[in-house]
Amino acid sequence: MIYREAGDFKTSYRKDSQTFPLKFDRVAYFVLLAVAFLVIPFIINDYWANAVLVPFLIYAIAALGLNILTGYAGQVSLGTGGFMAVGAYSCYKLMTGIDIFGVEFPPLNIFLSVIVSGGITAVVGVLFGLPSLRIKGFYLAVATLAAQFFLVWLFNKWGWAYNHSASGQINAPERSVFGIIVTGPETAAWAKYLFCLVFVFFVAWIARNLTRGAAGRKWMAIRDMDIAAEIIGVNPLLAKLSAFAVSSFFVGIAGALFFSVYLGAVEVGEAFGIQKSFLVLFMVIIGGLGSIFGSFAGAAFMVLLPVLLKNVLVGALGWPTDLAAHLELVIVGGLIIAFLVVEPHGIAQLWRLAKEKLRLWPFPH
Amino acid sequence: MRLKKLAAVTAAAITMASPVMAELVFPSLSYRTGPFAAGGVPFADGYADYFTLLNERDGGIGGELTRVPECETAYNTEKGVECYEATKGDGALIYQPLSTGITYQLIPKVSADGIPMHTMGYGRTSAANGKVFEWIFNYPGNYWDSASIMVKHALDMEGGSLEGKSIALLYHNSAYGKEPIRTLEELAEKHGYNLTLIPVDSPGQEQKSQWLQIRREKPDYVFFWGWGVMNQVAIQEAANIRYPMDHFIGVWWSGAEPDVLPAGDGADGYKSTNFTGTGTDYPIFDDLQTYVVDKGLAAGDGQSLGQVQYNRGMYAAMLAAEAVRKAQEIHGVSAINAAQMRDGMEALEVTAARMEELGMPNFGPEVNVTCENHGGPGMGLIQQWDASAQKWVAITDYIQSDREVINELIMEDSAAYAAENGIEERCN
Repeated sequence: MIYREAGDFKTSYRKDSQTFPLKFDRVAYFVLLAVAFLVIPFIINDYWANAVLVPFLIYAIAALGLNILTGYAGQVSLGTGGFMAVGAYSCYKLMTGIDIFGVEFPPLNIFLSVIVSGGITAVVGVLFGLPSLRIKGFYLAVATLAAQFFLVWLFNKWGWAYNHSASGQINAPERSVFGIIVTGPETAAWAKYLFCLVFVFFVAWIARNLTRGAAGRKWMAIRDMDIAAEIIGVNPLLAKLSAFAVSSFFVGIAGALFFSVYLGAVEVGEAFGIQKSFLVLFMVIIGGLGSIFGSFAGAAFMVLLPVLLKNVLVGALGWPTDLAAHLELVIVGGLIIAFLVVEPHGIAQLWRLAKEKLRLWPFPH
Repeated sequence: MRLKKLAAVTAAAITMASPVMAELVFPSLSYRTGPFAAGGVPFADGYADYFTLLNERDGGIGGELTRVPECETAYNTEKGVECYEATKGDGALIYQPLSTGITYQLIPKVSADGIPMHTMGYGRTSAANGKVFEWIFNYPGNYWDSASIMVKHALDMEGGSLEGKSIALLYHNSAYGKEPIRTLEELAEKHGYNLTLIPVDSPGQEQKSQWLQIRREKPDYVFFWGWGVMNQVAIQEAANIRYPMDHFIGVWWSGAEPDVLPAGDGADGYKSTNFTGTGTDYPIFDDLQTYVVDKGLAAGDGQSLGQVQYNRGMYAAMLAAEAVRKAQEIHGVSAINAAQMRDGMEALEVTAARMEELGMPNFGPEVNVTCENHGGPGMGLIQQWDASAQKWVAITDYIQSDREVINELIMEDSAAYAAENGIEERCN
């Protein structure tokens, strides 16, 4: 009834190909943005920021990054954790001041640090993406797995990367943007949240517009059939490497935020191990390969569901913590399997179907 | 910050204004699942049972009932953060996360929120310097103490000289396992042994190549910094290559019953440091049996009483309860808050006589905390596993660590932390 295009006329190509062709969607999008930027910062508390929203936003960035590589360009990657580590350690070095061959650079503003760490991760990502020109599928997955293990080993071994601290831990010092503290223990919940939200907003915007433009079409052509794509004029070298670069850029930003804003102290093996790569890959698969919305849905599913289950089982029902923790694994695992059996294209496809049904409602034919 | 302080003060005012609600809250960030559960479960049980005992037998501490809300971390830092945020608003008096990774996360957070944290024998070693770390305590000993005690024991075994001997450190490749390296390097210079570092990646189920290296290089001693499933694997591997077990010495987190039992007779003679007594030959266990286990109030199944990690959890709870008593005495209120708890911890004094009164004679070293020294005495003993009797036997008395060397390192590391975070020294 309310969710349909009837009466919503488009008079230009520009309008016809906009992201949200339905007026209802457009309004909903702006309402969501308004709530996220103008309402939540005023009501958020420490628990909601640190345990729920900040991890969700950061994982959403990582999932967006991996979705570009795996979902749009079809290059399977198991190196996400390693690339996040590159982002985190670059951010640490940039925000504490680097010396390279005796040349000292002063500490960089945290905002710039995060972006530059994304850039550094993009370069590393391209390097590890080079084999993708020769190998595909499972073999590429193994090559990126090597990246994962190599990078974790590197940051464990290379004292310079963690400023030679005794324990190999990196700690985020206090840094601020426009006088508002965004890292370190004194950070207010809303500042943490807004800082991440700004990044999520721009990253999602860039991702959406890249994927529906020429770059995205090239990636999808390569994904669907690389020989055919090459014949119609897509340069596989550029397409694949640009996918690695953009994807790693996003993943690097996620890693930088994960370390500096969310946890504040990390050790590479624990925070950026192989589990992290799998977690983000699961987010992308469950959310929906090749979908921006899917990245958010997948991140929400994998981050929020365990917290919700814990609060319901332990907090509301008063079950023993170990029983709840075990049951949580069972429930999340079961749901993942159920999802993939019922809808292999993920939550994004469910959402698409729901919207189709809504358009026809109440007169399905 | 001002807002946060205001909120904290209001929260404290609310808790104090409503005496019905007043309880002493000791959140337990436990891990009963995951690869480190073997150590986490008995520790959490001991911690919870001691407070249950105080409630049942004495009606709490100073007339205030205690409560121990548990939160499962699975030794995972992200879950640890979630747990901390979930419990800190509850009137939490003290945190004991039993994880070095989570400790590093929480050091800045608890300092900002004004809640003391006690990392007994783990965590950041340089937190022993109370001048820099106002809210963090790690009495009665820390990793560097343990490393030094292990070296001292090796010295004893060699008749006073380690010149030209070789020691391999087999460690969990994380902040936890890397902690003792500095001290062992420093002591290597002093005593003239060669140190080989052999890391094992978490969780440590796969150690074949490391033990191949040990088999090839035949170090005179293997020092061991493992936790959870890593301990069982290492001890089994050592037994497999027939490494002389009495030259294989673990830190206090690598010497409990679940670690040695799977290797059977092969584990006989394995040594580790410890800072608490083992077994149930202390009067307090009769009370625990009557008031807690027999009433069906035990956190676990009551089987782990007397085990190394259980006793250690109980010891941690005892130190916390004694600090509460001290705080109540200093401030003259029974429903103390986190800041008063900190004062109590800083003035804590647990004498041998007091431990005897508590039914735990000679259970641990005497502890005396001051404003400057948050690290306690730094004493530990060496215990050895007797596989036929299936119990740990203390083979030395409490050994004093080489605090001369350690204090210098603590000062150096804490000064670096203070400079990094702009902290001014206290206690002057």
